Amino acid sequence: MPELSRNGIRIDDTFAEAFDMRATALTITADSMAWARQAAITMTGFATSVIGCGCEASIDRELAAETTPDNRPGVRVLLFAVSTSELQKQLQHRVGQCVLTSPGSACYGALAGEETLKLGNALRFFGDGWQVSKRFAGKRYWRIPVMDGEFVCEATTGLTKQAVGGGNLIIMGASRETTLAAAEAAVRAIDAVPDAIMPFPGGIARSGSKVGSKYKGANASTNDAYCPTLKGSGNTALDADIASVLEIVIDGLTPAAVAAAMRAGLAAIIALGPQRGALRIGAGNYGGKLGRHHFHLKELLP
Amino acid sequence: MTALVLSLRATPAQRLDLSALTPNRLAGLAESDIAAIELQTTRERVRVGDVFSLRMGDSAQLVFEGGSERFDRVGLAMTSGTIRVEGEVGVQAGRLMRGGRLEIAGNAGPWAASRMHDGSIEIGGAAGDRVGGPLPGETSGMRGGIVVVRGDAGARAGDRLRRGTIIVEGKTGAQAGSRMIAGTLILRGHAGALPGYLMGRGSIILAQGCEAISPSFVDCGVHDLVAFRLMADFVKPYSTELAALIRRPWRRFLGDMAVIGKGEIFTPAI
Repeated sequence: MPELSRNGIRIDDTFAEAFDMRATALTITADSMAWARQAAITMTGFATSVIGCGCEASIDRELAAETTPDNRPGVRVLLFAVSTSELQKQLQHRVGQCVLTSPGSACYGALAGEETLKLGNALRFFGDGWQVSKRFAGKRYWRIPVMDGEFVCEATTGLTKQAVGGGNLIIMGASRETTLAAAEAAVRAIDAVPDAIMPFPGGIARSGSKVGSKYKGANASTNDAYCPTLKGSGNTALDADIASVLEIVIDGLTPAAVAAAMRAGLAAIIALGPQRGALRIGAGNYGGKLGRHHFHLKELLP
Repeated sequence: MTALVLSLRATPAQRLDLSALTPNRLAGLAESDIAAIELQTTRERVRVGDVFSLRMGDSAQLVFEGGSERFDRVGLAMTSGTIRVEGEVGVQAGRLMRGGRLEIAGNAGPWAASRMHDGSIEIGGAAGDRVGGPLPGETSGMRGGIVVVRGDAGARAGDRLRRGTIIVEGKTGAQAGSRMIAGTLILRGHAGALPGYLMGRGSIILAQGCEAISPSFVDCGVHDLVAFRLMADFVKPYSTELAALIRRPWRRFLGDMAVIGKGEIFTPAI
């Protein structure tokens, strides 16, 4: 196989295999950016993977005060799940427990989707009869009395079925430090891409998984082929010079957003170079039979 | 395409029912058909051609050159397009309106926007009593859309308002927002006595206060609410000054406690 490389970094001739997902977006505002972020971070906590968290969620970007519905600082949050009903459940639990409770917060739909999900329409009952509905310019808002004033929440938000989950980059390097530096560079670059999130801690996953396990009851287990401490075991995907592997998982509202995010991440890792960053970049797939979307690395290279 | 213009020949000798002259009802009609439409409200027959001289154009844009307080039911149940009256109108302008835009340069009589569903109405002059209100026997008034009155409004503006927004830039008479079911009534000028009389739900904003607030409204203190930011943004295209005025703290009164008491009146924070 002729080896593909850029700036001294080896690129696997492989692809990321991604799946159709349901997604929604919210704008969370507060009296300051710090509190808008706090509400969003709390709401998107424990939302790294649909396997154990019910949804994958993170902050898409910060929004300047002039661009939000109530002209206060805000953040846009994206939520992904495998079904509409699970997305609805996660949305109302997370907004109800984490945004409604956060000082000074307000919450608005941030996606014009083909269907709608209940937002304020589900949370209004917290008002115990004191909630007030207001309709401005075709949009309905609920005003729910709370102890610091009112929680304002748009009645609904949009749902998209075009969303894609599971875009990814596998970053391989000579040490934990250099591999992490490459992954961090990719995360910074992908942060700037709209409509895409990286749901894992700081955008990075260190425990990539494979499907199945030798144990009953576990449907996923450690990706031993990419564990550097098992390099000698026979079933390895790693070369002799690789001592650390990190993965960036990307969910996007559209396949194009995932491709743009992977492209940005690849460019950043390649720009950093092999001395300070990664030696090799790969991607995770399941042979191409499970996911409808295939993102080939060689098509996304700078 | 230019507008279809109906130019008033002389002050009509009787009250006229102009409800037939809306963009949706005139669509596709020839000049002779329009001229033959009957408008009388007495036994004496009056046709469009008798009252107006017609200049044909796009029936989606109607212009009445000249108005009269005898022009009743202008824009009744209109669904689309625009009607502009360069003068005043009589009773029930824009009643049951479902869409489009009605502009009245002069004054409007009572029951303007009565039981309106959607669309927008702008009254350049003053409005009579019961803007948006229901006729006797109807259970609710305006149910959607927006009404802007640049001048004063009579008594009971927004009577039985159920949804939608009414903005009055001038003064309003007594019992504004009486029996309100929901919706928003924004009064920039001074309001008469007892606003929100027997209101169940809904919001009344009294930017200049009122003559007397009913003792059945309870003071809930001064609050700087996020909802007013949304309201200010919504109001801005209709009145920039009012939008600036709205984005500030307000004193909130809850009422009318004589009924369910889930409505609210906002007065300047003093």
